[in-house]
Amino acid sequence: MNANDTAALAASRPDFAAIAAWIPEGASVLDLGCGDGSLLRYLREMRSVHGYGVEISDAKLVACIRNGVNVIQGDLDSGLSGFETNAFDFVVLSQTLQAIRHTEVLVREMLRVGREGIVSFPNFGYWKNRLNILRGNMPVSEDLPYQWYDTPNVHLCTLQDFETFCAQHRIDILDRRVMTGGGSEVGTLPNLLGSTAAYRFRNVA
Amino acid sequence: MNDSVGIVSAQCATFDTPLQFRSGAILPRYELVYETYGTLNADKTNAVLICHALSGHHHVAGRHSDDPKSAGWWDNMIGPGKPIDTDKFFVIGLNNLGGCHGSTGPSSTNPETGKPYGASFPMVTVEDWVKSQARLADMFGIRQFAAVVGGSLGGMQALQWSLSYPERLRHALVIAAAPRLTAENIAFNDVARNAILTDPDFHGGNFYEHGVVPSRGLRLARMLGHITYLSDDAMADKFGRSLRSGKLGYNYDIEFEIESYLRYQGDKFAKSFDANTYLLMTKALDYFDPSREYDDDLNKAFAPAQANFLVVSFTTDWRFAPERSRAIVKALLHNRRNVSYAEISSTHGHDSFLMQHEHYHDVMRAYMARVEASL
Repeated sequence: MNANDTAALAASRPDFAAIAAWIPEGASVLDLGCGDGSLLRYLREMRSVHGYGVEISDAKLVACIRNGVNVIQGDLDSGLSGFETNAFDFVVLSQTLQAIRHTEVLVREMLRVGREGIVSFPNFGYWKNRLNILRGNMPVSEDLPYQWYDTPNVHLCTLQDFETFCAQHRIDILDRRVMTGGGSEVGTLPNLLGSTAAYRFRNVA
Repeated sequence: MNDSVGIVSAQCATFDTPLQFRSGAILPRYELVYETYGTLNADKTNAVLICHALSGHHHVAGRHSDDPKSAGWWDNMIGPGKPIDTDKFFVIGLNNLGGCHGSTGPSSTNPETGKPYGASFPMVTVEDWVKSQARLADMFGIRQFAAVVGGSLGGMQALQWSLSYPERLRHALVIAAAPRLTAENIAFNDVARNAILTDPDFHGGNFYEHGVVPSRGLRLARMLGHITYLSDDAMADKFGRSLRSGKLGYNYDIEFEIESYLRYQGDKFAKSFDANTYLLMTKALDYFDPSREYDDDLNKAFAPAQANFLVVSFTTDWRFAPERSRAIVKALLHNRRNVSYAEISSTHGHDSFLMQHEHYHDVMRAYMARVEASL
């Protein structure tokens, strides 16, 4: 991957840079729902990680192989039994949390397989989404590009919801980065002004 | 579009250095029959070895004559522009030791006795095959294969390559394989073997001298094996309960189409395959177990591997089920090897690995592009 590709990836996916910032050089990373392997390529370029992706889609699997990314075909909703306990430094779930059926099981599995977990997801509490609802429609946007009837998203949540979830499941949030669509950081009223968020977390010691 | 390697012919290599088998037996001299496709580059870095399964052989791609029926057993995978592209790679197919397609095996003449080896041919293991294949590589001056590729028993050889000669391959493509057979799998093999061993024409393996062939046993063995290579769905699709003559005959003749098919397959196989080779191949399958010397710990067994891996399984393969491939993947992950795993949706059971299947071939093509990039 050349420098232009890296820059293009970072621009199209603002959460990539946030995630990379938390991952030290040479770490081992498991990327759940890795798509065409873009994040792993980005992390390999930026952080020389040793990484694997998990992907269910046939077409995306082929794209990963073409991109030179290690990819294991599998369904996240059937758990991570193919991976050993503490096998990875980080288990990443990037823009996929909202499409997972058994959320509690998967987050627990992430923290079994990895020392730390990283998730990024679209904030359903973002003001534009709220405005859509106020107007009487389910939001359709760049972050949530699906119509209500064909969306893979079954568990949309707000930042507040996710943080409550972590507290209830004895998960320590170590870091949070809230962003707008363009990738600039949101400081105030994140649950209202942030369109996307990334969290780094681990089990309470 | 001409995507065949065209008319090919087999070559024969003679090895005069004795080969010590895993069992302790020694073969002082042996021959391996092979075919090659494509051109070996000057650095000898673009070689791909194809390892065959139970009933396979060296004729992997291309044709022996203009007759399309003479096409190699993996011709849909290997050729110009095909997933294993002979415009880019130098591909070697060989007949394994103990085979019956030209390489030294039970039906070959033992120079010491002037008679066929028969029952005296050494019991051969996957490790022995890999050892003999490495000598073939030496003959070509190939220090390191770009890839070693195999399906089923061939996939086990690709795995064994990564353990026996970790530095001599960059990639292993392990398709529809298993890290070792299950009890059920050994059981199927044993029934097949018993069909042959109890055939009155078997004569303890020395049937050649009696001028007979234990074809009834071999036929039954193949019929049983064939059932396990297909899936329930594939058989239902292809044959269902169709009757040969449209009505029941209330006798033991062929009534259902599936019976006709199986008997035909059995007969065809019994005419062309050697019973002793069949016995040896099934034993090699049963013996294969890299974890045996490591307290049954596959993680430890795979520690020496250095290659990059592609592991492929098929959803309806119940003989070498996807979970068996996932066990290979898990052990490779434990050892932090580069590995990708594809679980292909296919209705054709274990035999899927031989079939033309768009997504399967896309996966192979994409991975081989990666192999090429590492040349």
